[in-house]
Amino acid sequence: MIYLMKNTVQPQVSQTPEKIVFKKQSQAKEVWRMYKKNKGAMIGLVLFSFILVMLAGADFIVPYSAATKGVFSQINQPPSAEHIFGTDSYGRDVFARVLYGGRTSLLIALLATMSSCLIGSTLGAISGYFGGRVDSIIMRSLDIFMSIPDILFTMAVVFALGANFQNLLIALTLAYFTNYVRLVRSQVLTLSEQDYVEAAKAGGAGSTRIILSHILPNAMGVIIVNTTLNVAKIILYESTLSFLGLGMPPPTPEWGLMLAEAREFMRAAPHLLFFPTLAIVVSASSINLIGDGLRDALDPQLKS
Amino acid sequence: MYRYVINRLLFLIPTVLGVVFIIFLVMSMTPGDPARALLGDAAPQAQIDELNRQLGYDLPFFEKYVRYIYQVVVHQDFGVSYFTKQSVFEEVWPRYKVTVSLAFMGVVLSSLIGIPFGIYTAVRQYSLWDTIPSLIAFFTAAIPSFVFGMLLLYLFSLKLNWFPSYGIESWKSYIMPALAVSIPPAAMNLRFTKSSMLESIRQDYVRTARAKGASETTVIWKHALKNALLPVVTNVGMSLGNLICGAVVAEKLFSIPGIGSLIVDRITYKDEPVIIAGTILISVCFTVVMLVVDLIYAYIDPRIRAKYARTRG
Repeated sequence: MIYLMKNTVQPQVSQTPEKIVFKKQSQAKEVWRMYKKNKGAMIGLVLFSFILVMLAGADFIVPYSAATKGVFSQINQPPSAEHIFGTDSYGRDVFARVLYGGRTSLLIALLATMSSCLIGSTLGAISGYFGGRVDSIIMRSLDIFMSIPDILFTMAVVFALGANFQNLLIALTLAYFTNYVRLVRSQVLTLSEQDYVEAAKAGGAGSTRIILSHILPNAMGVIIVNTTLNVAKIILYESTLSFLGLGMPPPTPEWGLMLAEAREFMRAAPHLLFFPTLAIVVSASSINLIGDGLRDALDPQLKS
Repeated sequence: MYRYVINRLLFLIPTVLGVVFIIFLVMSMTPGDPARALLGDAAPQAQIDELNRQLGYDLPFFEKYVRYIYQVVVHQDFGVSYFTKQSVFEEVWPRYKVTVSLAFMGVVLSSLIGIPFGIYTAVRQYSLWDTIPSLIAFFTAAIPSFVFGMLLLYLFSLKLNWFPSYGIESWKSYIMPALAVSIPPAAMNLRFTKSSMLESIRQDYVRTARAKGASETTVIWKHALKNALLPVVTNVGMSLGNLICGAVVAEKLFSIPGIGSLIVDRITYKDEPVIIAGTILISVCFTVVMLVVDLIYAYIDPRIRAKYARTRG
C-alpha cells in the first residue's frame, strides 16, 4: 500500500553535476516496471492477450455457423486436419465452439466481475466509512445473505427470469459482490485512520470527496488484484452453473455447457472433455498469473 | 469469552428469520406455483387455485411468513412437503446428514493432501519438490471440481470398476465424491500453508531456534509450523462451510441424495417448506462452523486469547 501512496521520486544525476533533475515516475509506469520482472506474470499476460486476440478475431478464423450447425455424418470425430479439436455429438466443430464459447464465458466473467465490484465496493465503502449503525445494518444483512448458498440465489434468478446472458450476469453478481463489501470495508477502515484523511477532514472535505479522492484511490491496488483473481473464479463458477443446467441455454457455445454435453460421451469421445477443460484451465490460470503478478507489483510487502 | 459465544449464537435467530424472509421473498417474486407443477399444465385453473389454497401457498406474503415462523417456533413443526406430502423434517434430515458427512470427508481429505504438501514445498523452496506440487496446485485451482468428478467417474467407475458411479450404498460410495470435492480446497490449502510457512520460516524466532542448536525437525515442526498453521485453520474452516453449500455439484454428478440436490430439485416444484427447511439447516451449519473456526483461532493463538482475557475479564 505504501508503494501506491507515494509516487516514487528518484533523483537522476545529469551530465552537469550541479543540476539534479527529479524525475517523477507515474504510478502505472512503476507498477509496470515491477510487473515486467515477474516471469510468470508475463507468461500470463502474453497467454491472456493471445486468448483475447483469438476471441476477438474468431470470425476470421472459423465462421459462427460452424459452432452451432452440425454435420450429422461427422459425429464425435477425433481431432483431424479439418477439425483440429474434433467434432461433438451433433457433428459441430469443437474448435469453433471453444472459440465462440470463450467469447460468452469471458464476457460474462468480465462483466459480472465489474458489476459485483461496483456494487460491493460501494456498499463496503459506505459501511466502512460511516461505521456505527449503517455499518452494522449492512454487515449483519450481509452475514445473513452469505449464509444462504449462492447456488440457491442463482437458481431462483435463472428459473424466475429465464436462462439468458443478462440474468446470468445478475445471478453471478449476487454471488460475488459480497467479497467486495468485506474487502473494501476492511480497506476503508484501515485507511480512514491515516493522517491524510484526518487532514482532508480538517480541511473541510465532505464524505463523498474523502471516499472518492482520498480513500478509494489508495484501496485501488487491493481491489484490482482481487478483481483480476475474481475473473478466474467466475469463469469456473459459471462453467459449473452451465454444467448444472443453470447457465446459457443449450445451442449457445459455452465451455461449461460443452463439458455437460461431453459427459455422456466420455468413453467414446474423450476429446470433448479435454478441449473445453483446456480452454478453462488456460484462461483461468493466465488470469491467476496476471493477478499474482499484479499483487506483487502493487504491493511488494505481500509477496510470498 | 462466553458472552462472545452466546452473542454469536444469538445471532442465529435473526439469521434464520432473515433466511426465511429472503426465501419467501424470492419465491413470491418468481413465477409458477406448486399446484401447477403438481397437476400439470392441462389442469383447470379452478382446481389449481383450490390446491394452492389447501397447501397454504396463496396466502399473502407477510401472513405466510408470520405463520411459518409461528409454526416452527411454537410447534417445532417444519410443515409438510407440497410435493411428497411427507414431513419436511423427515425428508430433509437424512439428506442433510449425507451432505455433512460428504463435506467433512472432503475437508479431511483436502487437509491431509494440502497441508503436508504445503509444508514440504515451503521447506524445500525452489527445489523440484517445491516446483512440481506447486505447479499442480496452481493448475488444479483453475479446473472446476465437476471436471475432476467426471474424470474420477471415468477412471474408477467406467474403466476400473472399483467404485459405484451413483448413489450411497456403502462407505465406498463416498470415496469418489469426497475426492472430487476435496481437490480444489486441497490446492488452496497447499498455497495457504506454503505462503504462511514461508513467512514463518523467515521470522526471528526460527533463526533463534536454529542458532541455539535445535535440530531442523524441531525448528520446522515446533517453531515454524505452530505459528504457520493459524491462517490455515481459518482456510480449512472456510472450506468446510463452502463445501456444505457447494457439495451440490458432486451430489448431482454422482447422484448422491444430499441436501443441495434436494433443494435444487424442489425449486422446480416451488416446494417452499422443503427449500426453506433445507436452507435453514445449511445456513445454521455455516454460521456454527464459522463460529467454531473463530473459537479455534482464539484457542490456538495465545495473542487473541490474551486480548479476550483483557477486554472481557
